[in-house]
Amino acid sequence: MDVRIRNHVTVTGRAGAPVVMLAHGFGCDQNMWRLVVPALERDFTVVLFDHVGSGNSQLSAWSRDRYGSLDGYVEDVLEMCRELALGPVTFVGHSVSAMMGVLAAAREPDAFAGLVLLAPSPCFIDDPATGYRGGFSGADIDELLESLDANYLGWSGAMAPVIMGNPERPELGEELTNSFCRTDPEIAGVFARVTFLSDNRADLAAVRVPTLVAQCSNDAIAPPEVGAFVHARIPESRLVTLNATGHCPQLAAPEETAAAIAAFAGALG
Amino acid sequence: MMCATGDPADSKGPAGDQGPADEDARFSELLEDSAEDLYERAPCGYLSTLLDGRIAKVNATLLDWLGYERGDLVGRRHFSDLLTVGGRLYHETHFAPLLRMQGEISGIALELKAADGSRLPVMVTSTVKTGSDGQPLLIRTTLFDARDRRAYERELLRARKEADLERDRLKLLNTTLQKTLLPPVPANVPGLDVAAHYHIASVDEVGGDFYDLFPLAAGTWGLFLGDVCGKGAAAAAVTSLARYTLRAAAVYNPDPAAVLNNLNTVLNHEYNGNDPRFCTVVFGLLTPDPQRGGFRITLASGGHPPALLMRADGTADYLPTPGGQLIGVLPDAHIATTTVHLAPGDTLLLHTDGLTEAHTTSAGGEDRYGDDALLDFGRGLAPTTASGTIGAVRDLLDSFGTGVDDDTAVLAIHVPRTTCEERQ
Repeated sequence: MDVRIRNHVTVTGRAGAPVVMLAHGFGCDQNMWRLVVPALERDFTVVLFDHVGSGNSQLSAWSRDRYGSLDGYVEDVLEMCRELALGPVTFVGHSVSAMMGVLAAAREPDAFAGLVLLAPSPCFIDDPATGYRGGFSGADIDELLESLDANYLGWSGAMAPVIMGNPERPELGEELTNSFCRTDPEIAGVFARVTFLSDNRADLAAVRVPTLVAQCSNDAIAPPEVGAFVHARIPESRLVTLNATGHCPQLAAPEETAAAIAAFAGALG
Repeated sequence: MMCATGDPADSKGPAGDQGPADEDARFSELLEDSAEDLYERAPCGYLSTLLDGRIAKVNATLLDWLGYERGDLVGRRHFSDLLTVGGRLYHETHFAPLLRMQGEISGIALELKAADGSRLPVMVTSTVKTGSDGQPLLIRTTLFDARDRRAYERELLRARKEADLERDRLKLLNTTLQKTLLPPVPANVPGLDVAAHYHIASVDEVGGDFYDLFPLAAGTWGLFLGDVCGKGAAAAAVTSLARYTLRAAAVYNPDPAAVLNNLNTVLNHEYNGNDPRFCTVVFGLLTPDPQRGGFRITLASGGHPPALLMRADGTADYLPTPGGQLIGVLPDAHIATTTVHLAPGDTLLLHTDGLTEAHTTSAGGEDRYGDDALLDFGRGLAPTTASGTIGAVRDLLDSFGTGVDDDTAVLAIHVPRTTCEERQ
């Protein structure tokens, strides 16, 4: 299978320049990056992609087996690095994708020049035994799944044929309202569980590549102490707190976010 | 609406003593809704938030619903603070990004948390207000009470989940039933190589194709393959009846034409009302041929597609049984028979028309695979074996993908060459 099609890979920017690979989180697709891409294109080769199950990825490639844990996604990232053969990349992972970067870099450090962990959380669920506060409980995640269900009512019946039936004409899907965040409810439910129920706290220490932890001010999903936790556990990491509020700095403050990514990736040489 | 809503000047009748001017005055008095009052007391919640979500303005309706004072919210709380935790996650991962990217988002189901901890389901619509330079300034949100609607949607979701479960159960039942209509593995016939395949076009309904191969007296074997008209439970009942009738009839009198005549009589007796049930069947009687080696096979066909003989010398032809009529329609159906010799190295393929009627383009076009194509397929394959034939047919069916819209049964028998024949 061609990973470029499977993950709807887009390569843009300056050829031959250092590579920045942007990985979207749970909820939407590579369109999340569209406000930061123009600023990065000048000095970098920019790789964008959709996780399998999101956006214009090949939904037929999705299986509960492969994507029921972060491992499937991590494999995808490593496969893309290998297939694209652009040399070591600076992997920018937003939200759950930050942990995909952590796992991928631990597995194949040579594939990565550096990691930017944007609004990361290694574990969303509180762990009273260790005093770790991720901010959420298991019941909260069930509530999110209910929200997903309540807002996907129209999907499977009416929308699925439109979206699934036109893989060769993605522009048809593009024109639909909310299409950036729309996917099969079953896939969304599994991805939500993977996102919010994974615990990767123990994996942080294995990262050996230069890492920038970029957290937001006032992020309802990844609070400041979680960013500090990530920074403390990754040996070669720096922590910046962006002025951006909310969980999506690439949309809320694209210039600031692009500048932070560019400064870090540029300095890696 | 049938009531008059027209020009006040047209009003006549008992109230006609009030002039049009009075009407106008009363009307505007009625509408003396200041914009402010319209905002505050609107039948929906209004909320204005800064781009970071901080609440800048809220109407009285929403404050009433939530049980908050204005001062509790304005400048102090974010919109997402009013949501349940799950709703907040949804807001951060879907709602806020979409609003940023599209400038608006509508009809999102969320739940608000009131001051007393109770929950209020709402439908939320937001737009981004931009300045004259196109820069986003703030977010305007309307919230509608969605308690009734949510209850209705929950009911729909519950019904859908139930329906999904039912469908899974039905599929399992159908698959099980289908299996009972087919022999688990083709019988092991001495001196003969046998293979079969059943392709299920849809797991939602039991198909009506069937086949069997079974021993008769003194080294002879009976075999049949057929296709009952229709699908589902009614067709399955006929399939079952056809199968045991054929086996019993073959024991009583193994002459293939007699076997099919008996089946025809049974189906006519069974379904003589308004619900005729019929099928196409080919029945074969296999007899070892000690003189020439291999087997003699007599085939009787009731309206069934002809068998395909792929010979040891690499040629292939259909074995036509012209004039054979559908079984179960007429009281005295005409059965056509033919007898051939199956020499060592020959392979005989029986199939149902699911194969030849398959659409060759997965788009469901009008192109059917057809008898000629199957003959060419056989010519390309010969000489072959039973398992070789079935393997090739399976690959062929796979290549049609969703173009196979009917069940397909195939049964192949092959007379292996003996070792000394192979040496020659």
